[in-house]
Amino acid sequence: MKLTVNGETQELDAGNLADLLAKLDYEGEWLATAVNGELVHREERAAHFLKEGDRIEVLSPMQGG
Amino acid sequence: MALELYGKTVSSRLLLGTARYPSPAILAEAVRRSKTEIVTVSLRRETAGGKAGGAFFQLIRDLGVHVLPNTAGCHSTREAVLTAQMAREVFGTNWIKLEVIGNHDTLQPNVFELVEAAKILNADGFEVFPYTTDDLVVGQRLLAAGCRVLMPWCAPIGSAMGPQNLPALKSMRAEFPDVPLIVDAGIGRPSHATVVMELGYDAVLLNTAVASAGDPAAMAEAFARAIEAGHMAREAGMLEPRDMAVPSTPVIGKGVFA
Repeated sequence: MKLTVNGETQELDAGNLADLLAKLDYEGEWLATAVNGELVHREERAAHFLKEGDRIEVLSPMQGG
Repeated sequence: MALELYGKTVSSRLLLGTARYPSPAILAEAVRRSKTEIVTVSLRRETAGGKAGGAFFQLIRDLGVHVLPNTAGCHSTREAVLTAQMAREVFGTNWIKLEVIGNHDTLQPNVFELVEAAKILNADGFEVFPYTTDDLVVGQRLLAAGCRVLMPWCAPIGSAMGPQNLPALKSMRAEFPDVPLIVDAGIGRPSHATVVMELGYDAVLLNTAVASAGDPAAMAEAFARAIEAGHMAREAGMLEPRDMAVPSTPVIGKGVFA
């Protein structure tokens, strides 16, 4: 199914958000995720099922002022 | 005397941003030499599967300072609120430096969306540090929205122009005597920081002036000393300027030679 991850639309096969992160080699307790503009907590990722067209943001700590 | 911000006590009155340093090692050295206890950080899209963010996260954790995540680059209430929620998830703190930008050229806060976002975040248990203009009425609205700290700009972010409107900063100090006030944005050199501390501000937040200096670590220490000097001078009580001269040497007892 088509999913947009950090602005890039890709054909991906993932049941839930935790699967998707594993498939894309995302790892680390410091990542934050949102689907379609809503926060998905770390512990909710495995139960968050994805559907065609979902927009996923994966953010992590960066330098800031 | 120490400064209390949302129940956390710090002795340094310098808050330091973590962007634009020549290297992570220089950032770490600047933080150590400044003796700052609070650093600002951001959130961005991870492109390296978590490794880039992980390395930076470890660096910040090793510094042993309080982390103040920001919502830099957000242009709407919705965007700022979501970014704040994601920052809380990552950093495990209720602190958030709330930025909602309203103009591309000046990076001036959109104060209407800022107040709206502050209401939502305060109701959700966040401890909000709002980056705002030096407008008194906006300050009142932010406090009414539940903020317990205000962070007025003194000039546009990264401009290094220093305080552009001292009367406005003074009014804010007079209007909110018990609210911690932190000047955020626009400070270019240590003397600028001293001026705002002499006005009675509680702290200064800076980034570019240190990170882009020839020797960031030395500049960080220079700012720390300038901030301390301004604060100490304010506490000690300064002379008010006057128009005419006043002899400093006593006139009584002077020899008469005429």
